[in-house]
Amino acid sequence: MAIRFFLVLLLFTSCTKYSFSLYEDQVGLMDWHQQYIGKVKHAVFHTQKTGRKRVLVSTEENVVASLDLRRGEIFWRHVLGIDDVIDGLDIAQGKYAITLSSDGSLLRAWNLPDGQMVWESLLQGSKPSKSILNVLATQKVEMDNVILVFGYGCLHAVSSIDGEVLWRTDFVAKSRIAGLRSNIAIINVHDGEISYQQTVIAEFVEDTSEKAVILPSRISGMFALELNSLIIFIKLTDKGKLVVVDKVTNAAAIGDALLISEGQNAFALVQHGVGKIHLTVKDGHDWSIDLLKESTVMDPQRGKVNKNFINNYVQTNRAHGFRALIVMEDHSLLLVQQGEIVWRREDGLASVVDVVTSKLPVEKVGVSVAKVEQNLFEWLKGHLLKLKGTLMLASPEDVVAIQAMRLRSSEKSKMTRDHNGFRKLLIVLTRAGKLFALHTRDGRVIWSVLLRSLCKSETCEQPVALNVYQWQVPHHHAMDENPSVLVIGRCRPSFDAPNFLSFVDTYTGREVNSLGLVQSITQIIPLLYTDSTEQRLHLLIDINQQAYLYPKMPEAIAIMQHEFSNVYWYSVDVDNDIIKGHALKSNCVHEVVDEYCFNFRDLWSVVFPPESENIIATVTRKSNEVVHTQTKAMAEQDIMYKYISRNLLFVATVAPKARGEIGTASPEESWLVVYLIETVTGRILHRMVHHGSQGPVHAVFSENWVVYHYFNLRAHKYEISVIEIYDQSRADNKDVRKLILGKHNLTSPISSYSRPEVITKSHSYFFTHSVKAIAVTSTAKGITSKQLLIGTIGDQVLALDKRYLDLRRSVNPTQAEKEEGVIPLTDSLLIIPQSYITHSLKVEGLRGIVTVPAKLESTSLVFAYGVDLFFTRMAPSRTYDSLTEDFSYALLLITIVALIAAIFVTWVLSERKELQEKWR
Amino acid sequence: MASNTRSKTMVLLLFVQLCFLLFSSSIAFSPGSAEGYTINGRVKIESMGAQEFILPGKISNIKIILNGGQRVTFLRPDGYFSFHNVPAGTHLIEVDAIGYFFSPVRVDYYEIREPFSIMSIVKSPMGLMMGFMLIVVFLMPKLMENVDPEEMRRAQEEMRNQGVPTLASLLPGAGRSS
Repeated sequence: MAIRFFLVLLLFTSCTKYSFSLYEDQVGLMDWHQQYIGKVKHAVFHTQKTGRKRVLVSTEENVVASLDLRRGEIFWRHVLGIDDVIDGLDIAQGKYAITLSSDGSLLRAWNLPDGQMVWESLLQGSKPSKSILNVLATQKVEMDNVILVFGYGCLHAVSSIDGEVLWRTDFVAKSRIAGLRSNIAIINVHDGEISYQQTVIAEFVEDTSEKAVILPSRISGMFALELNSLIIFIKLTDKGKLVVVDKVTNAAAIGDALLISEGQNAFALVQHGVGKIHLTVKDGHDWSIDLLKESTVMDPQRGKVNKNFINNYVQTNRAHGFRALIVMEDHSLLLVQQGEIVWRREDGLASVVDVVTSKLPVEKVGVSVAKVEQNLFEWLKGHLLKLKGTLMLASPEDVVAIQAMRLRSSEKSKMTRDHNGFRKLLIVLTRAGKLFALHTRDGRVIWSVLLRSLCKSETCEQPVALNVYQWQVPHHHAMDENPSVLVIGRCRPSFDAPNFLSFVDTYTGREVNSLGLVQSITQIIPLLYTDSTEQRLHLLIDINQQAYLYPKMPEAIAIMQHEFSNVYWYSVDVDNDIIKGHALKSNCVHEVVDEYCFNFRDLWSVVFPPESENIIATVTRKSNEVVHTQTKAMAEQDIMYKYISRNLLFVATVAPKARGEIGTASPEESWLVVYLIETVTGRILHRMVHHGSQGPVHAVFSENWVVYHYFNLRAHKYEISVIEIYDQSRADNKDVRKLILGKHNLTSPISSYSRPEVITKSHSYFFTHSVKAIAVTSTAKGITSKQLLIGTIGDQVLALDKRYLDLRRSVNPTQAEKEEGVIPLTDSLLIIPQSYITHSLKVEGLRGIVTVPAKLESTSLVFAYGVDLFFTRMAPSRTYDSLTEDFSYALLLITIVALIAAIFVTWVLSERKELQEKWR
Repeated sequence: MASNTRSKTMVLLLFVQLCFLLFSSSIAFSPGSAEGYTINGRVKIESMGAQEFILPGKISNIKIILNGGQRVTFLRPDGYFSFHNVPAGTHLIEVDAIGYFFSPVRVDYYEIREPFSIMSIVKSPMGLMMGFMLIVVFLMPKLMENVDPEEMRRAQEEMRNQGVPTLASLLPGAGRSS
């Protein structure tokens, strides 16, 4: 009996041993983290004979990184500030990486092996100008390399040892380098004197209707002009004359010149072929010599070649070999050597614009699960190992084996839907216009598609990828349809540019349909209605104040006619500080009646006085959020009814002076005003002023509460405030007698038109850190308690239980309140180190956090993106509805076996005893 | 979570000093270099155990953030950092080092008050008034000593006649000149 008791006890302990935070061995089990750098702008190779070969890169995400040249892994990486754009990158003395940033005003040196910043130097000038970095190469290492920097109209010479400025010359009076388009100016800089020479481009090419662009290249004595998609190479002779060397069509990218030996330099030219790219390395002096000519098969989904950087090495036969680092149109980075791609990095994922999720296909009957499972013996063995781990008996080798087994578990990375809804596809749109599907298990790319409409073309000079929307999510009927997403892009960054739509199947990554260059869309409104194939109806509001219905199908019109009077939306005009509510009016009449086009009318408008209030943030609830309970238990068995409405909008405005950065306005002249606005009627339900506070405001809206983060200038601290809104009109329903007699209004329909009696409650807390993003966990049924996910300034994600922002918090909670989990009131929110869901990782350049409910109610999936990607799943109230992965089935089996054995033993014993009794 | 739970004491010492850099007024209007204050500081990590010092690789990953991401800089090997061209006002400096907590540091820059000097007090209106009063208190009795008693009496009589006492009449020689 003692054994049984012990075993039962053991079973209990193994079940209850879960924790709020993560164990060390759980790292990587539920989460994954990917590091990226972004689109490479500059690359410098560092390939000395000894030591690790690396390539230094700087990117459009303001990242400076050192990559392993053999495998493409990151040795070290630094993400500079948002405004600290890197203009130049070089290596000095063979041991420092030099970066020039902030328009040529900040020069930094980084230690090559570990990325430690060695020195930082501020270069001052008078006038902003193009900046150029040049490290003067000396062959002797012990000599001080002088770094020449041109920035802010000044030429600086900086010592590479300590960053001291040796001398500087002001060029302001003579600066005429920029702004020459139709002429070519040759500027000779010699001993501080400058001489100009101008040549008209028409001398080289007949047709000069287009403006020529000087391609950025550093080929000595030669430069390239791009004109009418033709690249012209022009050589500068010794006498200062210009000679056309070659005209190349179909060219993609020209690399910088590379000094391969004394007096010999080479540069690379990449041309496009069909499914291939052709790399040609030319001799810098003699155009007719091709040092290298090779072709590489290229995935068409990578688009065109944008940049190339070459590096030479000495082959075994003492000939020169070349490797090329190629930046593609989708921002990916490839290393090509001998016609083969050595490694590739999907650095487009560093600039995620928008994310949606998609379910995986349902497992078909034919697919057997048995293949995935091991046989019973192995399964038991595995669980015995786990048991040993639980009982702390495992040797270090066993621990390694357990960890490997957990990570290996192939069940989790299958391409089908799982019972708990943990396996999903993250559909990610990047700035390059490429759509990726990532598996939530390990973050691997399932498919990727470069959207043709989002590529740079003659009609679209600067395409911008804007958003992804769920277009079709088949679940009940139309199960045979594949889900699809709608991708919206725009031709130019300005609002009046034409837009285009693209529909992509999320299972295959195939572009199903695309609508090029529709009207200039200002707003996209996913409606609540879907058609028979589960395509969601969308209203696209264009710049001419007309609403277009998509999909353009008769069925959509039929639905729309039925719901015509129920469609409301609002628009926020940040520039003029106006919020307007709209409703549909009639079909538009162009020449004939366009059934898919509607005119709309303004129902209401809230105009903020621009001289005292400027809109800085607007937040609504997620449209797919599920709320489980209408009530909230307050103290002393009192309840309050939540005011839950989809049509609530949180608006934050600040004083115009407080729009700037922290420290620019005084507390007296800055204030923050927050509003809760009902978007159907335009009624302001709540208004509150925070005097002496300013933005930036980060807010999240869920159920009946808003949490927002702002800066309090008086206390000089950040604050987090919570507003909760309750419906007073239903408060009478607490009376039990009324409920029994049916005199309650719980079943009465809630209408946005009715004037609600609401009360709001609010609390503010100090919060130590700056915040980059705020999100909230979302679960399938909304039963599980919520946690706020705060993207901190340190690029980590902090989980903060909503209980910390509970209105019931008081200084001395009663015993009853303590039992309910009410936390004593404090003036600031405590940060528990264990509640960082990113644990020891950083999501560099964090921009957004997305939460998606899993099918399992207790669990929420969290995806954080920035330069890095991070995914995890979290259970805010612990996994109460499922056994944890640590659950030891072996222990359970052993217990059952032991119990059965014990039953048998006791049965035999009792039989025997009974027999003895009878014999007596 | 092992790395986070291990508690280490970390002391952040920020010796923040504001250096005023001289700029000519013509530059002050150009963007980018409109203001010229430099914030210098130091992050110091003091470990409890002697052998437990921070790894050099970790120091390179520490970021210093001004005003919630407005600017970012990194530590030099000696732990010093600086922000250049910071406008006057109140600023917030945060340190981002994984595994450590730093309280944000508030930096106020006010216009530099002129150092205390006797001259500034003397020049102020209050100083001038004080000075005059001192002169009156200490010098007047001495002046009075030199006055001849008879002349004094005469002057007092004159004063009674005129009704209004003037300073000039009290001074020696004033009576003589009149």
